[in-house]
Amino acid sequence: MLSLDLSFYNWELFTNYILKGLLFSVQLTVIATIGGIVFGTFLALMRLSGKPALAYPATFYVNTMRSIPLVMVILWFFLLIPLLIGRPIGADLSATITFIAFEAAFFSEIVRAGIQSVPKGQGYAAEALGMTYGQNMRFIVLPQAFRNMIPVFMTQTIILFQDTSLVYAIGAYDLLKGFEIAGKNYGRPIETYILAAFTYFIICFSLSKVVRKIQAKVAIIR
Amino acid sequence: MALDLGVFCKSTLDGEVVDHCFSALFGLGQNADPSYLDWLLKAWGWTLAVAGLGLTIALILGAVMGTLRTLPDNGRLSRWLVRFSTAWVELFRNIPILVQVFLWYHVIPAFVLPLKALPSYWLVSIALGFFTSARIAEQVRAGIQALPSGQRMAATALGLTTFQSYRYVILPMALRIIIPPLTSESMNLIKNSSVAFAVSVPELTLFAMQAQEETSHGVEIYMAVTLLYALSAFAVNRVMTLIENRTRIPGFIAPSNEAVAH
Repeated sequence: MLSLDLSFYNWELFTNYILKGLLFSVQLTVIATIGGIVFGTFLALMRLSGKPALAYPATFYVNTMRSIPLVMVILWFFLLIPLLIGRPIGADLSATITFIAFEAAFFSEIVRAGIQSVPKGQGYAAEALGMTYGQNMRFIVLPQAFRNMIPVFMTQTIILFQDTSLVYAIGAYDLLKGFEIAGKNYGRPIETYILAAFTYFIICFSLSKVVRKIQAKVAIIR
Repeated sequence: MALDLGVFCKSTLDGEVVDHCFSALFGLGQNADPSYLDWLLKAWGWTLAVAGLGLTIALILGAVMGTLRTLPDNGRLSRWLVRFSTAWVELFRNIPILVQVFLWYHVIPAFVLPLKALPSYWLVSIALGFFTSARIAEQVRAGIQALPSGQRMAATALGLTTFQSYRYVILPMALRIIIPPLTSESMNLIKNSSVAFAVSVPELTLFAMQAQEETSHGVEIYMAVTLLYALSAFAVNRVMTLIENRTRIPGFIAPSNEAVAH
């Protein structure tokens, strides 16, 4: 039986190895969430526009992204971006672009469901008031849709935070990588993997508790 | 940029084009001088093996844990079982799958020595199975809770024990109405099996990374791998739809084809 010794895990190790990775993981999550929601909303509006020229490309994009493993998407972008722009690109930037593009597909499905959850009469009423399509979306449909979507957005963000660990495939320095390098340098791989799991668990578990609280609060009462 | 699919006929040993390129489809990589096509198909086999084993584990554990979460509160044992299954779900869905794979590969065998004898693809399958079981358990629980409470009451009124009412009344209904979400979880599992590259299981993603480095024909290699992933997920989708149609409860739910059409 092997015994665990966690005494090596101190503030110095945390600031030297873990903090950098944690900051990158959080930064990637935040940027991908914001970017994903923005582009996802456009994708959803394209799909719901009723115009085949807009709807088909958006549907194709979303279905493609959803049917490929995220690791392969990360590898694809890491391969393709340098080919397209003609010079190498860092793992961090490549990961950021990948996650925005990938999450846009997932957020668009959430936004689409959110828009469809707004009663049709709302949109008709806005039209009857003489609002343009843009005004209708901006002032009537999207505010209600987003309010319904907040808990699902947050759940997706927790999944996204977990998924950022997959940048391992292209060697970006994220939270998991930080633990792994610390484990190698201190000769304690077993302990650091346990600490990594513990850290992810604490963050994701507390966030999911928060989501459940918010879920009860923001629901629109009909 | 033109695609060069000839790369798949090249030998993995010396990079020369081999003459038995398409024999791979029939011989399944028994050649002494395998081509990249041989390697690709072998890697696909590994992906299917890892995912298939993982799915088996996930379905069994998920069904058990999801059922335990809904046990009626009638004694200390059932309370502990509810707590245990709740903790199970929270634990396995709040740790990233890649970290769980590392735990099963690097950490747990150091404590549970018999696991060291297992091949690494088994450990990845266990990791995938446990991770997915938490998600499936949530679907099973939702399915059970979606049933009218009269079903459970009727079972009790007939004098069935808790076990019997689950076995003969609740689960036969609940497991059938959750097939659509189970389908997407199964497809997710195939996609998630790509994390096996991180512990050197020679599956599709690892093939993609290594063959891309060796041949510098990354686009062709990645395309083939992506297609095989999509094909595998699509096959699972078809099989599950078939099961769904076969096991449909007459008059209870709308056929899935109509439900997903819009």
